[in-house]
Amino acid sequence: MQIYVCVKHVPDSAANIHILGKDQIDENVAFLLNPYDEHAVSEAASLKKANAGSEIIAVTVGKADADKTLRSAMAMGADRGLLVETDAACDSMTTARALVAAIKRDGTPDIILTGKESIDAEGMQTLFRVGAMMDMPVVTNAAGLTVDGANATVVCELSGGNTRTFETNLPCVIGAGRGLNTPAYPTFPDVVKARKKPVETISLDSLGIDAPKGSAKIVGLAPLVQNRTPKEITGTPAEQAAQIVNILKNEAKVIS
Amino acid sequence: MNQRMNKIGIIIETENGSVKETNFGMITLANRGNAQLYALMGENAASAGASLAEYGITTVVDLGLPEEATVRLNPDVRAKAVVAAVNELGLDGVFGLSSAEGKDLIPRVAAYLDAPLVMDCLDVDPENKTGRTSQYSGKVVADIQLTGDIAVFGIRPNAVKAEAAQAEATMVSLAAGADTSSALSLVSWDESSADDSQVSLAEADIIVAGGRGMKNGDNFSLLFDCADKMKAAVGASRVAVDEGWVPYAHQVGQTGEKVSPSVYIACGISGSIQHFAGMKTAKMIIAVNTDENAAMVANSDYYVLGDLFEILPEIIKQI
Ligand SMILES: Cc1cc2nc3c(=O)[nH]c(=O)nc-3n(C[C@H](O)[C@H](O)[C@H](O)COP(=O)(O)OP(=O)(O)OC[C@H]3O[C@@H](n4cnc5c(N)ncnc54)[C@H](O)[C@@H]3O)c2cc1C
Ligand SMILES: Nc1ncnc2c1ncn2[C@@H]1O[C@H](COP(=O)(O)O)[C@@H](O)[C@H]1O
Repeated sequence: MQIYVCVKHVPDSAANIHILGKDQIDENVAFLLNPYDEHAVSEAASLKKANAGSEIIAVTVGKADADKTLRSAMAMGADRGLLVETDAACDSMTTARALVAAIKRDGTPDIILTGKESIDAEGMQTLFRVGAMMDMPVVTNAAGLTVDGANATVVCELSGGNTRTFETNLPCVIGAGRGLNTPAYPTFPDVVKARKKPVETISLDSLGIDAPKGSAKIVGLAPLVQNRTPKEITGTPAEQAAQIVNILKNEAKVIS
Repeated sequence: MNQRMNKIGIIIETENGSVKETNFGMITLANRGNAQLYALMGENAASAGASLAEYGITTVVDLGLPEEATVRLNPDVRAKAVVAAVNELGLDGVFGLSSAEGKDLIPRVAAYLDAPLVMDCLDVDPENKTGRTSQYSGKVVADIQLTGDIAVFGIRPNAVKAEAAQAEATMVSLAAGADTSSALSLVSWDESSADDSQVSLAEADIIVAGGRGMKNGDNFSLLFDCADKMKAAVGASRVAVDEGWVPYAHQVGQTGEKVSPSVYIACGISGSIQHFAGMKTAKMIIAVNTDENAAMVANSDYYVLGDLFEILPEIIKQI
């Protein structure tokens, strides 16, 4: 199988984000492989194990520094990497076009794995755009994937513990959710080996993608501050409970 | 210049035959501009008209999906039906709830339309086609402006309060020739949870959540009892989920559900950045914690310094 995995280089979720000007963040923070994409890479590694002779190609759209995320993906099992390099901030319509162009130029995917969401943009959509452009079915928030020949069975998670099960044919696009697997973190030798794996860098311009017919542009960024003034509820547990019930009834008006 | 939206199609979610409460806030939001509002209905179109008109819907559209559940509930089929409605009615805006269902539907619609989308909006300015959403694990709010012929917005449930705006609604049926083919087959799904009384996290108006302070899975029954009485949903920190005390579906946070309830009651949750990422936008936060230095206490509206095992049973008793 030819397995493509879309991986994004994102700021660490624990990083403090500082806003520069009105539409940028200070990128001088730790970046890493998007956590959901880790699940995607991990699933690709299992698929490869079950299908001898498969190849895993990690693809990213980003700045030169995104090479680090490709290395992380390769340490987790990807065989090689494609870096579509651009300094521009791309929205998901452009990103999807770039991913599709790079993948098509490179080979013929049997499956494309992605994360269900990137933790920086929180867009939740790139995979659907890739699927629509490749004319492949898409399943998101996958918590279980079984591939049998050209058939795939995917369990995906909804809220409240509910799941849905889909059947589809390969090639397809699968968006990994947290329930899909438990990524095995790479060993030091894996990390060293990943440094030697090949990465092809392609400039975004050289892909010659058509301009999308719409765009999403950040016009303002602000820290999410919530000005709360904490007020203590005192007394015995019974008195405290009575005050909480009173607040729910009369201030928040959520119970009657 | 960026054109405003003139005709907005709003994807309505129903439950047990009636329109879910959380739709009304979304309609109120769409109604802030001067657009005509179309309710796009996968089911129950005939019976829903009156309640939708109360909030400003002027056209109720029956998407004409087949009865057969495996087809009707298939998100890919539903997305194609919405796209057909957008084309047939000449809509230039699409709104839908960023619920669990919506996250599997709205991006499909945007992808088929090849139109820009902002998911999980806390607010939308329909005149400027700008959505406000969270980014960077909830640490940042971003205003994102869309350009192009059609704009799509996913709205976080409960982000906006519903306000009545009486209108007259007419019915349109798009039954003819709906394309119900899909390369994706829906083979099975859980009926809206075995326990029907359980409220969904994303749509709940009140959430009672527990963390490491709950100490074990059995103790979560305290939260479920409390939630039962208040018609609330039960949330959990990642620790509680990783320990196996409650299923992952209850997790609130950066890698769990992002919620905006009216009230969030956090019991034995310290308030990590990643947990806040999922509940920061709650209108009111009540913290129950033994540690006065917990971040949850410092970022609450009300807090109780005390043992949750003493407070929760009292609350259950008093409601
Ligand atoms: C990439 C990444 C993603 C993550 N995503 C999430 C996520 O989505 N959601 C999430 O929640 N976490 C997430 N985490 C984990 C997060 O960093 C914290 O570890 C976690 O939120 C802590 O859970 P907690 O508050 O339950 O536990 P703790 O931090 O241990 O807090 C327990 C609290 O309970 C209080 N307590 C103890 N006993 C009692 C009692 N009897 N009565 C009252 N109070 C009591 C204590 O004072 C303490 O404040 C993520 C971490 C990473 C690295
Ligand atoms: N710049 C990018 N490079 C590679 N993959 C990406 C990029 N942006 C998004 N993706 C993929 O699309 C998924 C969903 O991203 P998003 O739509 O931004 O939430 C991610 O988990 C990635 O797998």
